[in-house]
Amino acid sequence: MSLFQIDFGDEPKPHKVVGIDLGTTNSLVAFMDLTAPKVIPGVDGSPIVPSVVSIPEHGEPIVGAAAVERLITHPDRTIYSVKRLMGRGVSDVQDELKLFPFHIAPGSEMVIQLSLGGKRFTPPGISAQILRQLKKNAEAYLGEPVDHAVITVPAYFNDAQRQATKDAGRIAGLQVMRLVNEPTAAALAYGLDKRENGIVAVYDLGGGTFDISILKLHDGIFEVLATNGDTHLGGDDFDNLLLRVALEDIAAEWGADLSGDQVAVQTLRRAVIEAKHQLSTLAVTTIAFHYQGRAYRREITRDVLEKLITPIVNRTLGPCRNCMADAGVTPEQIDEVVLVGGSTRIPMVRQAVRALFKAEPHTELNPDEVVALGAAVQAGILSGHVHDKLLLDVTPLSLGIETMGGVVSKLIHRNSTIPATAAETFTTAVDGQRNVLIHVVQGEREMVRDCRSLARFDLKDIDPLPAGMAKIEVRFLIDANGILNVSAKDLRTGKLQTVEVKPSYGLSDEQVEAMILESFAKAEEDFNERQVREARVEADRILNAVDKAKGDDAYMELTDGERALVDNSIAELLLAYHGENHHLILDKLEALNKATMKLAELMMNTAVRGALKGTKIDA
Amino acid sequence: MFSGPPPSDYFAIFGIEKKLALDVEDLQRRFYANSREWHPDRHARAGAAQLAYAEAASATLNDAWRVLRDPVARAEYVLKGEGFNISEQRGRDVPPELLEEVFDLNMVLEEARNGDAAAKAEVARALAKFERILSEIDSARDGIFVAYDAAPGRDALSELRSLLNRRKYLQNLVRDARAALV
Repeated sequence: MSLFQIDFGDEPKPHKVVGIDLGTTNSLVAFMDLTAPKVIPGVDGSPIVPSVVSIPEHGEPIVGAAAVERLITHPDRTIYSVKRLMGRGVSDVQDELKLFPFHIAPGSEMVIQLSLGGKRFTPPGISAQILRQLKKNAEAYLGEPVDHAVITVPAYFNDAQRQATKDAGRIAGLQVMRLVNEPTAAALAYGLDKRENGIVAVYDLGGGTFDISILKLHDGIFEVLATNGDTHLGGDDFDNLLLRVALEDIAAEWGADLSGDQVAVQTLRRAVIEAKHQLSTLAVTTIAFHYQGRAYRREITRDVLEKLITPIVNRTLGPCRNCMADAGVTPEQIDEVVLVGGSTRIPMVRQAVRALFKAEPHTELNPDEVVALGAAVQAGILSGHVHDKLLLDVTPLSLGIETMGGVVSKLIHRNSTIPATAAETFTTAVDGQRNVLIHVVQGEREMVRDCRSLARFDLKDIDPLPAGMAKIEVRFLIDANGILNVSAKDLRTGKLQTVEVKPSYGLSDEQVEAMILESFAKAEEDFNERQVREARVEADRILNAVDKAKGDDAYMELTDGERALVDNSIAELLLAYHGENHHLILDKLEALNKATMKLAELMMNTAVRGALKGTKIDA
Repeated sequence: MFSGPPPSDYFAIFGIEKKLALDVEDLQRRFYANSREWHPDRHARAGAAQLAYAEAASATLNDAWRVLRDPVARAEYVLKGEGFNISEQRGRDVPPELLEEVFDLNMVLEEARNGDAAAKAEVARALAKFERILSEIDSARDGIFVAYDAAPGRDALSELRSLLNRRKYLQNLVRDARAALV
């Protein structure tokens, strides 16, 4: 063990690592305070940053609550639920696109390109805007630069979706130390490890994704036994359903189809979401929608909502049963059930969970915050602040390679603890063959066409040999982030082969680099802005103190010249204060400090005299 | 520790001798203890070389845990290590003593799938019998484990391999029978 201590001894001061929940609907950032994780509030005081980004005609992208407002005023320039597009190809998201007001630009084969106000954006680029906002909030709150983060992802995210999330972090200027699965993070936040040897199920129904994970807890070790889910199932689906019903209802009542009118659709969307939220506590509410001088009001009961959403809620039960089967546990063996995600506020969802697992679910922690809190705990583990906990997670999907006839040969099975590895030896099929093409897929089905293409790569520069003589060992490693790494070795020569993995979907390294470069200029602006802000805070403090000192008897002991110098310095500081140059503010601050030096000394003397007098009286 | 390649042998990585009969609870304790030592999260702030070692050691440990905790996978691992080809002919040959039963089962399986009640009852009877044989095989397997650990020899391993083949065959039958009854 001493070896680590030596290694760590050489390390500079450990970086502050924050935990980020990059959600479909909302995002949050949290950090590990002395003993417990804490969410970080933004400028508006709320830790919740809506995952909405709006691109104004001029100036910086708008993120969060302010962007939510623009969903209605600028629907064609505002993006929500971008997480649903992360790591996906155009063909995967056709259903989504019908509901999104924005358009896909041509040339979206590898990465979806969103067209907003004449500019193009990729989903990782948009997510990076949200991350940048969270980073800014954390820096303002913690008073130090933040460039290391743990980011959560749905447990059922595939390799491309994870890679896209990591890319978003890099573009935002964050070193992503770990991607951690959302349900696992929630389990960490609950601190359920206090109990010995328990089995815990985490049911996570968020805005756009559903996850179920079953964990075994043992003295601080959180061992995920199995995970399952659906990356296309969540609160958004309830909203879309309600929206469709309301649109049909309005069409019948008004004789007008509003579904093509984005402003109307976004306004109505907000109204149905409002009603959905109310029905979690009320038995009946009203969907109220005003548009172009017309009003639509429809009473809706919880019963009706439940009837509507039953098919969607039932879609979560299959993954739960499969997960229990994979974990090798029955409902009776599950000691605790944890609910995560805003959609678990719906009474019917809770009822379904209770019935399936035969246990009363935990709801003590705020379901919106619990994932970010868990990410902060994981950040604490990585930065060495949390010693007693360790997470052993699994890969949600099997990894395989294409073999003859389009059949998948599985190398790493789903629910294998990560990091996980597998090696496969490849050879040539014809004499003198120089390269072998390998196609990696992810999924549970037998045929390549039913799985998801993950990457293709070429084993190149193989020595020309008779067929079957070459022996190249390819090692697949799924790292602790759930991301695939590939290396290859020529077994005859022992030589390591370079492997260039070309992902089937996603940004290339060059594209990410370009986006990082682009953001550097922005980062400088951000940095300057922060320094100006900090200088102003300091100026405020000093100006207040000087103001107060002017009321002190000592001020009258100064000469006229000295007093004029103080007033001059104040005036100059105020001029600098309203500019954007933090150096100037600090210079003028320094000048004011000098000008008030004598005043401070006089006041100090007065204070000392007063204190001495006080002592005498007391005695 | 963190020098040279991490152990690649599944028993060695747990620090135990090669044995067919294992105390899985003890194995789990070792798995957790070694995970605490090697998991990449424990080395997040270390240099690249140490992190790479931790990742490789951790990956092998995870694979070893997955294999050794399961008696069948463990037996196959040992067989493979001793040069037995475990994929060849696995589970294809009908065990001779079951020929008649299998023939009868195949007759009724199709009818049971179509919902024939009498056929279903037939399948359920066959299923019960196959499950009993399966548990007998598992007892026999545990017997071979103990015998081999006491006096390692190829005869025991040959016997183990044919036993595992029979088990595989039966397991497929049980799976088909269960599916037909749903």
